[in-house]
Amino acid sequence: MTGAYSSLPMVTSAVIYLLALIAHAIEWASARRPVAVPELVGAGAGAGAGNGTPAPTASEPSTTDDPAEHRVTLFGRIGVALTLIAALSHVAGVVLRGVAAERFPWGNMYEFVTSSLAFAAVFYLVVVWRKGWTWLGLPVTLLLSVGQGLAVTVFYVAIAPLVPALHSVWFIIHIVAAAIAGAAFNVAAIAAILYLIRQRAEEKGTLSGYLARLPHSSTLDDFSFRLHRFAFPLWTFTILAGAVWADYAWGRFWGWDPKETWSLVTWVVYAAYLHARVTAGWKGRRAAWLAVVGVATFWFNFIGVNLLAVGLHSYAGI
Amino acid sequence: MKWLRLFWVQLTSMRTALLLLLALALVAIPGSILPQRPVAPIRVNDWKEANPAVADLYEALGLFDVYGSPWFAAVYLLLTVSLIGCILPRIAVYTRAVGQPPPRTPKRLDRLPESASGTTALSPAAALDATQAALRAKRFRVLRTEDSVAAERGYLREFGNIVFHLSFALMLVGIAWNTLFHYKGEVIVVEGQAFSNNLTQYDDFTAGAAFSPDKLQPFTVWVDGFTAKFETGEVQRGAARVFEADVRIAHVDGVDEQARIEVNHPLVVDGTQIHLIGHGYAPEVTVTDPRGDVAYSGPVVFLPQDGNFTSLGVIKAPDARPEYLGFEGFFLPTAVVDDQGPRSVFPDALAPELFVNVWTGPVRDETGRPESVYSLSKDGLEQMRTPEGAVVTFRIAPGQVIDLPDGSSLAFDDWRRWTKLQVSHEPGQWLVIASVGLAVAGMMLSLYIRPRRLWVRVREDEDGTTRVEAGGLDRADSSVGLADDVAELATLAGVQDAQAEHHDTQEDTP
Repeated sequence: MTGAYSSLPMVTSAVIYLLALIAHAIEWASARRPVAVPELVGAGAGAGAGNGTPAPTASEPSTTDDPAEHRVTLFGRIGVALTLIAALSHVAGVVLRGVAAERFPWGNMYEFVTSSLAFAAVFYLVVVWRKGWTWLGLPVTLLLSVGQGLAVTVFYVAIAPLVPALHSVWFIIHIVAAAIAGAAFNVAAIAAILYLIRQRAEEKGTLSGYLARLPHSSTLDDFSFRLHRFAFPLWTFTILAGAVWADYAWGRFWGWDPKETWSLVTWVVYAAYLHARVTAGWKGRRAAWLAVVGVATFWFNFIGVNLLAVGLHSYAGI
Repeated sequence: MKWLRLFWVQLTSMRTALLLLLALALVAIPGSILPQRPVAPIRVNDWKEANPAVADLYEALGLFDVYGSPWFAAVYLLLTVSLIGCILPRIAVYTRAVGQPPPRTPKRLDRLPESASGTTALSPAAALDATQAALRAKRFRVLRTEDSVAAERGYLREFGNIVFHLSFALMLVGIAWNTLFHYKGEVIVVEGQAFSNNLTQYDDFTAGAAFSPDKLQPFTVWVDGFTAKFETGEVQRGAARVFEADVRIAHVDGVDEQARIEVNHPLVVDGTQIHLIGHGYAPEVTVTDPRGDVAYSGPVVFLPQDGNFTSLGVIKAPDARPEYLGFEGFFLPTAVVDDQGPRSVFPDALAPELFVNVWTGPVRDETGRPESVYSLSKDGLEQMRTPEGAVVTFRIAPGQVIDLPDGSSLAFDDWRRWTKLQVSHEPGQWLVIASVGLAVAGMMLSLYIRPRRLWVRVREDEDGTTRVEAGGLDRADSSVGLADDVAELATLAGVQDAQAEHHDTQEDTP
């Protein structure tokens, strides 16, 4: 059972992500006390995005001897360290799954969700490394632990070869594009949600705790936009590659299969997001809500369509 | 005229485009939830029978053919009009702007989002020369005036934006072209048999309004063999693993060609695509009538009913004498009989058997009227019975012969596979693909090109010192490096330790 060599690291990663989530939860619980320096966080992050230097972040050690501040720093670091370990295990799990199956590990829901989350985890660690944005830790480890947890419990299927329709170079192109776009959409939605929360608090003047340690809302908005700007062409390409492949495999480019329909719905919602950003009355909060709707359609397309609808993508089921 | 104009302005506003986009997303959803007639007509009927209360209403609303319904068309046509209305004025603006030099240097550079200033030891002309050369090298468009340099880059952003939106209109043209001129036919071919590309040969055929039968390329395809392999391991047992059809093509010019069609590798013959879209079993039988004459001999196509290829079919022997003979039954590739009755438990032919009922009746007149080869019209027929009065029903394996009570016999000689081929021609396809490719390219330009305007002004004060001012403005979201560019310009003009200063503008960047 070569499959066990990949399942074990996968389950391990789910558990460690959960531990990292707990560490980040403690980190932010410790930060509940109002922070005196929100201006520094906002201004620093705004400029930091501009010139690529690491922005000063909340959890970076300040020279205070305050035990609560110390706890924030400590658990923040523990969280990132645990996420790093989990991500290594996670990536190993994905690679071993591919080795055991003797193909790219993108043939079913389990393989897709683990691969996509691996991209998200690696991307998050790169952002932490390059920009020091550890404030992403709490929501991202939440996403990773829930996603990996679902993957190893609900979505898990044993290794099997592919049906003939998947024997194609498009199998690699189409699905890897979808996995990377999915990872970016999810992290972008996290940034959009944080933007919505932080922006509301800024308006009300009730910045404290975790919120005060987030970058300024305009930085969050900008970060979210950059991720969408990266993911949207990739998602367009995913649909296009899917259509070309569908023509090879099924003899038509587009047949309004539920998966195709929801991919288009997702695409249209994200197109609306990009337009909303340059439309008076829509930029800001409404645009961010569209990003949240977009990721919801993405998830429905992945879980709802695979499990509920009858369509040609049914081999992607559990 | 006035309200028409107002309507046009409203329709082509970004806000309307946004709402239409959201409307498109919304109206596409029902088609993914309800069964759709073009894809699954039988499931539509099943659904309507199961939900009689709303079936008629849904039917009237077109919910069983969402993507062909008028209201779906209304949304995407309005969106297209809105898009064109949005983009045409922008094309006009762009074509004017693209020939223009960069905008003149504003009076107050320190009011720009980023600016830098200082004194330089260079002469004004030398300072401007240096910045001009550097901006040219960075592929800025540069306008030199007496005391300043104005520069702009990123014209391709709007170009990409226009290309992206026009590509959608182009894609619709391609789709319309396809809709009018395409054809698509399906034909079942048994191993060892052939089909010629003409209308009479197809089991199912759809074509656009502008199609004419003489557009069919006259070629012939022999299916020499069809290979199907299935998973025999524990995981996903029975799942398909390999489908391949080995074919010979006779072109109209008399040239023959060998080819193989696989699931992801359709065959293109004279511009016509041939896809492998299904397969099944065709038992080879010989029916001998009570006089000893062969009434029918050959393969008979049975249609699969489930994933294990429990296949239903009929064998007709209209030439049998003294009475018409018809057989109705199941072909089971891996037959078992258990408490669920006879059924197949594996899609491959590991233990094939036929389970058959026999019908007899008076000889039918040749009417010339077409009848289905997959169902037996039982008018005037009766089930054959034994002398004791029991209904004749039997199972038979390849190589066996069953002698029937009336003296006729059925021999199950062998079985073959058949394959269902889809033959299609979509003349506008290249345009659809090209336009989508263009759209992606345009989208990349519009998302990643960052238009930027930079200015430098050099002035000699009364006291003889040369003052340099530099400033810059980004014309797109989420650009980086403006401060660096501005500081670098000031440095090039000879300012020591130039630092850009940020200035919050009230209005958002255009």
